[in-house]
Amino acid sequence: MVNLIWLVMLICGIIVAALNGNIDQVTASALQASELGVEVAIELMGVMSLWLGIMHIAEKAGLIRHLARISAPVVRKLFPSLRADSPAFGPIVMNLCANILGLGNAATPFGLKAMQELQKENPDQETASPAMITFLALNTSCITIIPATIIAVRMKAGSANPVEIIGTTVFATGCAMASAIIADVLFRKRNGL
Amino acid sequence: MTIISELARWAIPFILFFVPLYGYLHKVPVYETFVEGAENGFKTAIKIIPFLIGMLVSIKVFVDSGALDMLINLLRPLFLAMDWNPDLLGIIPLAVMRPLSGSGALGVATELIHQYGPDSFIGRLASTLQGSTDTTFFVLAVYFGSVGIKKHRYALKVGLLADAVGLIASIWIVSRVFG
Repeated sequence: MVNLIWLVMLICGIIVAALNGNIDQVTASALQASELGVEVAIELMGVMSLWLGIMHIAEKAGLIRHLARISAPVVRKLFPSLRADSPAFGPIVMNLCANILGLGNAATPFGLKAMQELQKENPDQETASPAMITFLALNTSCITIIPATIIAVRMKAGSANPVEIIGTTVFATGCAMASAIIADVLFRKRNGL
Repeated sequence: MTIISELARWAIPFILFFVPLYGYLHKVPVYETFVEGAENGFKTAIKIIPFLIGMLVSIKVFVDSGALDMLINLLRPLFLAMDWNPDLLGIIPLAVMRPLSGSGALGVATELIHQYGPDSFIGRLASTLQGSTDTTFFVLAVYFGSVGIKKHRYALKVGLLADAVGLIASIWIVSRVFG
């Protein structure tokens, strides 16, 4: 499905550009996007190193273990295929916490770390394990209580009450997260996993 | 208002203060441990570059060529046919952009908020939608790519379904609360 969507977006873009007599845009956009990919990764490199460094301290000090234990009753239910003492729970919980607090750039390093841990327990190294899909479903739909970036945008735009959208955001993300969890369980059952 | 924005301001400094101090008190060689962990950030960031480039090229060609605008224009009659609030038409660009690109969606949301005003229906809806749901395509490509997963199974379906529910829930709650 990803292959198809990737191809359709690319091909449609090129055809539309050609029909609009705007074919030069394709070249410019493709080259810009490639450079942007490297820029994003380089920017991410700094933030990732920072958070993975801090997380390593937290890990060695036993903090991650505490955090994983506190959240275990809820989080473990969502990942029935993982062992109770799986090292993936630490970064999974950290990632979800960062998402809940709206710390987007702190969430990514923990998320990638969680994927590495999940991959270690994955029997087929090329196919997504059920636990990975559950994690991605939670991660992309995660409930947000402090949408910090958009509050800043609203403030700059002169909103009378920039934070009034927190309630609606919590509700909308709550619905999205609940549906992601339900859909994940149903798909998992349907695939006999 | 102040509590939430203060919490956001203090969250990161607090973590940077608390974790190393806690580690030191638990006899962890904090600096060396930090460096050891940070090394992984470097490797992972390099590893995701091909996936970032792949996704960005396809999305950027699609958006810059005008194909996204065309898709939005195709969706317009559907909105009119369903007899929905015509104000909702303004949100289509953001709804389509949201699962594709985080920075793209933030750009569209910022534009909408300035164009319609932050305290208008569209402004509030754009804010709610931007705050909810993550960029599904991007997260999928980068997260799976970083560990070499090629078969994604039903992951994209679950992600997009959640995005759709997030969109509908946003429209419903914003109409209800501020409508």
